Amino acid sequence: MYRKERSVPLKSSSSALYNNLSVLPLRDKQLTYFAAVHGSSVSLASAAPGGLSVSHRQLQAKEGGPAGSASIVTQASWCVLPSRVLLVLTSQKGIQMYESDGSIMVYWHALDVLEPPPAQAVFARGIAAASGRFICVGTSSGLVLVFDVPSKGTNITLSEVLEEHRDSITDITSEDGAADLVTADDSGALCVWKAKEEFSLLTRISAFGWTCSSVKLWNGVIAAGYGNGQIRLYEATGGALRATVSAHARWIYALDLAPLTGKLLSGAEDSYVQIWKLSRSPDTGDIEIEHCHSECVTDTQLCGARFCDPEGNSFAATGYDLSEIVRYGQV
Amino acid sequence: MFNKKFMEELFKPQELYSKKALRTVYDRLAHASIMRLNQASMDKLYDLMTMAFKYQVLLCPRPKDILLVTFNHLDAIKDFIRDSPNILNQVDETFRQLIDMYSCLSAGEFQLIRQTLLIFFQDMHIRVSIFLKDKVQNSNGRFVLPLSGPVPWGTEVPGLIRMFNCNGDEVKRAEFTNGGNYISPQREGSFDLYGDRKLHIKFSIKAENAAPNPLAKEELNFLARLMGGLEIKKPNGSEPGFRLNLFTTDEDEEYAALTRPEELSYKVINIQATQDQQQNEELARIMGEFEVTDQPRQSTSRGDDLLAMMDEL
Repeated sequence: MYRKERSVPLKSSSSALYNNLSVLPLRDKQLTYFAAVHGSSVSLASAAPGGLSVSHRQLQAKEGGPAGSASIVTQASWCVLPSRVLLVLTSQKGIQMYESDGSIMVYWHALDVLEPPPAQAVFARGIAAASGRFICVGTSSGLVLVFDVPSKGTNITLSEVLEEHRDSITDITSEDGAADLVTADDSGALCVWKAKEEFSLLTRISAFGWTCSSVKLWNGVIAAGYGNGQIRLYEATGGALRATVSAHARWIYALDLAPLTGKLLSGAEDSYVQIWKLSRSPDTGDIEIEHCHSECVTDTQLCGARFCDPEGNSFAATGYDLSEIVRYGQV
Repeated sequence: MFNKKFMEELFKPQELYSKKALRTVYDRLAHASIMRLNQASMDKLYDLMTMAFKYQVLLCPRPKDILLVTFNHLDAIKDFIRDSPNILNQVDETFRQLIDMYSCLSAGEFQLIRQTLLIFFQDMHIRVSIFLKDKVQNSNGRFVLPLSGPVPWGTEVPGLIRMFNCNGDEVKRAEFTNGGNYISPQREGSFDLYGDRKLHIKFSIKAENAAPNPLAKEELNFLARLMGGLEIKKPNGSEPGFRLNLFTTDEDEEYAALTRPEELSYKVINIQATQDQQQNEELARIMGEFEVTDQPRQSTSRGDDLLAMMDEL
């Protein structure tokens, strides 16, 4: 079903972090942008179809204070809004937002510095665009920062802070519909939100003992990947559990959804990318999931995986210590 | 090394050490014993230690297992020193501190610790002959990740899909083939002060004699094999200790020092001149207080010698 295509080289290897691959397909320019985090920097690569011509750029974490040591980047992700696309970086020191090609930084938000420094790690993590005008970013203390983004310019403001999670945020996802935003944390708890002028909590889905490292939303279905290798599907309104999949033998690091077809992919430390198909029965309304395809990236603990187009005809993945992005396309 | 002050420093919350800082700590620890190594052998020993440690952190089935690995090591150390009650107490104390500090961390927090450690080891692909021979490492320096064996405790063997209706009743089941060849785990390892850790990250060491060895001797034999040539030289004059050469001859050692690639050199710095953070200075000061008080035994048999040396400390 899928065949391996030419890999895209990276200037530095990928770090073992959740959701460590972001992809921005630019159909009109016939280019695809890729971003993966390495320590205190982000490798950007832009590839033409066929992967023959690749150009690179490296972005650095902004060092917050006079302490000196470089801040570690936790995630890099493109946020697509109706009028603009921003590349968002989260680190131990704060949140950086760039134009989509990484050329200019348009906004910097420093995380609060606590004195004396706490024994717990401090960082931002979890990035998603929401409701066509917000960018939501999570923090290690469980807060979700909501930034209001104008259609152009640098006048980005922090408009709201959502306080519901008690553990570090791992991932955030959104979709316009009955539910707008889903946030996940280290304990495995999920919160489902609705956005109007402000965000309001719709449902809270309890943890079952394992970290939820990645979460996606499609047609009112929440797909969540966990540290015990399981994928769970929940109803976004109400939070009912609709499916469990013993998908991987190790910790899941990434999930992605192809919105036009309902294809789901999962990548884990067990070296596998698995492709699934979600559907909803028109009669019963029951959610179904079936397995479509397996791909093994030998001797690699995957840390990032994404579809490269909205139909899910191609996907890309990277892993810890890997200095390339492996790609597959449908035959 | 297990003295109270040193351990207190180590247990303070702090950022990951830089590569320079860790290497300096390692040098001081090694030289606080009766071992003497020159630059090339020290580099080689450090490379071996680093890659072995990277292997263990990378292959831990669950992030919490890095604690089990630590307990495995402490168990082995306790076996060496079981006749020295003072040191045994110190190690037990360290054990208790580890249990206090780490037992209640969640899986997510352990994964963050593991991810941070993996940043330290990123891009290190030094080839270790015993790993290459045992097919644990590829010739490009990358570790072999098995696609079979028991799944970690708490994970299910991949393959089952269960679907529920809106009332929570299971309405459909399906199976799929995930590609690997996994089986259920047996039992969880013990996180107590004493217990079966049930964690054996496979080194597949084949000892020369077939008789099964206690874990302590196994690990030392492993270390001795890694190091290659452990040469005990008669000390000159009254200076205690022996010089450890990890190469076949002295000439090889000198050559290795001269030809070591620039990117692999650790640039060990003099502690007094360092601008490192205060924690490292404090650590170094405490280590400066270590001293060797006993005379080493002279003996010519291998593995036993290392054990004896540990006993003496």
